[in-house]
Amino acid sequence: MANEKLQQIRFISPVGSVGGGISSAALDEAMAQAPDFIACDAGTTDAGPFSLGTGTPAFPREAVKRDLSLMLRAGRKANIPVILGSAGTAGGDVHVDWVLEIAREVVAEHALTLRTAVIYAEQDKTYLKRLLREDRILPLDPARPISDSIIDGSSRIVGMMGVEPLQQAILNGADFVLAGRCSDSALFAAIPLMRGFPPGLAWHAGKISECGTLVCETLGKGVIFTTVSQDEITIRPYGAGLRCTPQSVAAHSLYENSNPYLHRECSGTFDLTKASFEAIDGVTVRIRGSKFISEPYTVKLEGAELAGYQSIIVGGIRDPYIIRQLDEWLGSVRSYIDESVARVLGDKADKSLYSIIFHRYGINAVMGGLEPDPKHLPHEVGIVLEATAPTQDMAHKLAQLSRQPLLHYPIKEWVGSITAFACLHNPAVIDRGPVYRFNLNHVAVPSTPVEMFRTHFMDLCV
Amino acid sequence: MILADIANLIRSKNAGPFTLTFDIMFADLASYRRVKDSGALNAAAFAKLYRCPVDKVHYFECENALAFKFSIPRPLTQGELGDGDTHGGQQFIPLMNVEIP
Repeated sequence: MANEKLQQIRFISPVGSVGGGISSAALDEAMAQAPDFIACDAGTTDAGPFSLGTGTPAFPREAVKRDLSLMLRAGRKANIPVILGSAGTAGGDVHVDWVLEIAREVVAEHALTLRTAVIYAEQDKTYLKRLLREDRILPLDPARPISDSIIDGSSRIVGMMGVEPLQQAILNGADFVLAGRCSDSALFAAIPLMRGFPPGLAWHAGKISECGTLVCETLGKGVIFTTVSQDEITIRPYGAGLRCTPQSVAAHSLYENSNPYLHRECSGTFDLTKASFEAIDGVTVRIRGSKFISEPYTVKLEGAELAGYQSIIVGGIRDPYIIRQLDEWLGSVRSYIDESVARVLGDKADKSLYSIIFHRYGINAVMGGLEPDPKHLPHEVGIVLEATAPTQDMAHKLAQLSRQPLLHYPIKEWVGSITAFACLHNPAVIDRGPVYRFNLNHVAVPSTPVEMFRTHFMDLCV
Repeated sequence: MILADIANLIRSKNAGPFTLTFDIMFADLASYRRVKDSGALNAAAFAKLYRCPVDKVHYFECENALAFKFSIPRPLTQGELGDGDTHGGQQFIPLMNVEIP
């Protein structure tokens, strides 16, 4: 099949993220059009570093199981492959195993037989340190530091795979490809590229399909049906009230991308500078002119490291005398907290070990240093005190020691004891557990496109 | 008139954990051209609004999407201690009031 010049290839993107809630009516409607495969992304860094750091998913298990069940049953019924990438939000090994366990349940409950390829994307630290020594880990912009100790200090590092490990799985007969961290577009481009469709079109088709109905004029419940031929892509939604327009499809290339025209993948860059978008009917758009430029093979790395443990206090201030001198007052509260911490916890809590931040809602909590109007004073200010320390115990004690000065630190306008801060909760202190930070913005240069990824084949059946 | 009165969507979002990106979108070509021809949107004006070196601002005019786009490094990496907007979705506000002559 790989050598035949096929007329066209058709695929379904059933939802922007596995667990987001597939519309089963729209899926049935799209499946009736005889697609060649189903692919779906299940991950993102958008929610933050916690999922990668802890190895936990961002969606409830039930939501992932419902969507996975719909996809796998549709795929088996039509005898077409199902590809799922960036499993369990962050695409680490533990995330992949979590989805694999759910797939086993679906297989058992619906008596399916599933030739499965599981592709792991987590990176061995010894391997990465060897690449670093060989100058085969390169910084992206904005550049971040990299060293053996940063690699060793990471909770988890994943590599974002390209199409090649997916293609290897399909060539080996997989009905279900369950991949760790993966380029979103690669999930959809893998099979069209194998079958000889032009790379510019194959990649661009993947890019516009991967977010589900986000490519439509108005987001709604439905699935995306995409067709790639030798000279064009067509894309349309199935689902009530949904439509793709030339503007909505062109605009989708802007979303969450720093450059709307050039999109870097492992094997090169696809270039949309010359792409044209044209309405075929009220809901379908035709695209032509997308190009692909081959470049040296690189694999993007994502890493998370523990930033500490956190405890917070949530509350607010309504007193106008405090609000008009909030910066100075919080500065005094902060000094008082530092003195209490030094007195009570002594050497255990050196100031360099912990962080206390006041998020001031109503002033500049949302925009921080970018706030254009920080002098505007509201009638009420929300405060989140955020204490971060090397242990949960210490973070909790920092927050406990912060409560009294927040409540009672005096101002000269009032004589006698005041209670300045309205605590939302009792107990006031909420332990948030471990918090993480992204610590890598780099690519690795492997010897082959598949060496960073480990594939296991298995037959799932009752 | 201000940009918010002409655009049909002004939005901000992370483009990965280290970059903030801003899209300004229009309902029709006339509105897009009006803003483009005004010259009010450019890398230098954006750099001033966002207190960022001008050489760090990436600016794109996307006529087929009826959109302008800016990207800058995030002032704080997503999720870093002190970051108050994990998804970067509420950083577009200064663009709303850009005067379009």
